[in-house]
Amino acid sequence: MGTNVSNLLYLITIVTFILALRYLSNPAHARRGNQIGAVGMLLAIVVTWVKTGGTSWWALAVAMLIGGGFGAFAARRVKMTAIPQMVALFNGVGGGAATLIALAELHRLLPPPGKPTLDILIAIALSGLIGAISFTGSLIAFAKLQELIKGRPITYPGQKIVNLAVLAACVGLGAALAAGVQDQWLLWAVVAGGALFGVMFVLPIGGADMPVVISLLNAFTGLAVAVGGFELENNVLIVSGMLVGASGTLLTLKMGAAMNRSIANVLFGAFGQVSEGAAAIAAGSDGGTVRSASAEDVAVMLAYAHKVVFVPGYGLAVAQAQHDVRQLADLLEAKGVEVTYAIHPVAGRMPGHMNVLLAEANVPYTQLKEMDDANPEFSRTDVAVVVGANDVVNPDARNNPGSPIYGMPILNVDDAQAVVVLKRSMNPGFAGIENPLFYNPKTVMLFGDAKESITKLIQDVKTL
Amino acid sequence: MSHNMLLVFEVTILVLAIFLGFEVISKVPTLLHTPLMSGTNAIHGIVVVGAMLVLGLGHKGPFMWIVGFLAVVLGSANVVGGFVVTDRMLEMFKKREPPKPKDE
Repeated sequence: MGTNVSNLLYLITIVTFILALRYLSNPAHARRGNQIGAVGMLLAIVVTWVKTGGTSWWALAVAMLIGGGFGAFAARRVKMTAIPQMVALFNGVGGGAATLIALAELHRLLPPPGKPTLDILIAIALSGLIGAISFTGSLIAFAKLQELIKGRPITYPGQKIVNLAVLAACVGLGAALAAGVQDQWLLWAVVAGGALFGVMFVLPIGGADMPVVISLLNAFTGLAVAVGGFELENNVLIVSGMLVGASGTLLTLKMGAAMNRSIANVLFGAFGQVSEGAAAIAAGSDGGTVRSASAEDVAVMLAYAHKVVFVPGYGLAVAQAQHDVRQLADLLEAKGVEVTYAIHPVAGRMPGHMNVLLAEANVPYTQLKEMDDANPEFSRTDVAVVVGANDVVNPDARNNPGSPIYGMPILNVDDAQAVVVLKRSMNPGFAGIENPLFYNPKTVMLFGDAKESITKLIQDVKTL
Repeated sequence: MSHNMLLVFEVTILVLAIFLGFEVISKVPTLLHTPLMSGTNAIHGIVVVGAMLVLGLGHKGPFMWIVGFLAVVLGSANVVGGFVVTDRMLEMFKKREPPKPKDE
């Protein structure tokens, strides 16, 4: 296949990716968009297969079977709750591939020295560096979400300076490579430095911010792939990679905006690290006691309410209680109770996480209220039922300037007449922050696994 | 095309792709943030094309072969895993019948 023909076919792939992104921005066509993208990808792979002209075809086949098989297996088998870390993992391997391509390309071009041009060398250094950051950064994000390592920020004095120094060293080495010190070991050093930086840059970021970090690393991988396109003089890599780089950057900003936090604050704020001042305020304010209630009590509260609002959080996802919540809501509606769901944009571990789960349980869209619509309604709500949510209903975000989440918009469940919190224990949430809502006199706690608690509530409401 | 002409051309399409990337997702509802992130993640799986070229066209000894092989493994995992995970997420957004009236 000639270069012109293959480039034209690659252009079709590019068009499908653009359509995929457009469709993915609309709930009605999103799935179609993903399928269009997959078809375009298949086309690009077939074209490339033919282009390589059958050399090493069996190696290609084996490598693709191993990688594709692992991807399909992991993606199919994973529970819905673990999807965020899967995205991190698949993003990381993409970055790793970009780095390997840079290493291979430099090896192909060297020696003799002087053969690669400046732009190629810059591209090799950049994609090697960015790909390596994305690779290890994503693996750390994966490990944090999978709870292989602790989710809380890991910090030490002078951390930012050390990180900056590592990054500066990488850039310096990369510049030396481009400037004419054409030694493959230099690129290995750049890659090793990038890998180290990826680890050190994600470690101090709290688990609750991982979605934003994954989105940023996703944009990084896109950029690494685009730069890789310059090495291989391949348009489909340049355009597709940059499409992801740009849209991923915009998406990262949007996610940050949904939490009312700047990206700089997410990346360098060591979010979730409780400052001493905040701890003192929390200690001073928790003079109140925690009231725990039985399922029977809560069932009565719910059955005789006019309006009940469910506030789902990560606990709902963990317990897979979405179907039970739907069933309880149906029972309450049959008794004439008005039921809605208040969805915080970042409830769960990723924006939209709760919408996905509740949609799975066939909860009608019309009952899902986004934060701005939900908040004014709490004052005329009898019972707000918090199912496994914590930080997104923490009044400290409004009231306590010392709190790490101060300024984040929250769901004002404490405006409701009564609040029921379903929670496994009094442990602080994922971000590790105290929540004064639990000490509010309006609040009762129903301890236990969300699914079991809801099941008990269903039985008790039925007997009323 | 000379190398410099090619470079200018490549930079041109790179810059156009930046604007297109911003434009094409400018209006995305919060509930689609996660699927969109996952979808773009699948799209940068195009890196597998680069990896295939390295493995398929590389003729410089075992180093390129091994590195290319690994790159194809990683790239294919990115492609297949990315699209499948996104599809699983979006499966949840199927159109459903309108909510039943309350007085049933």
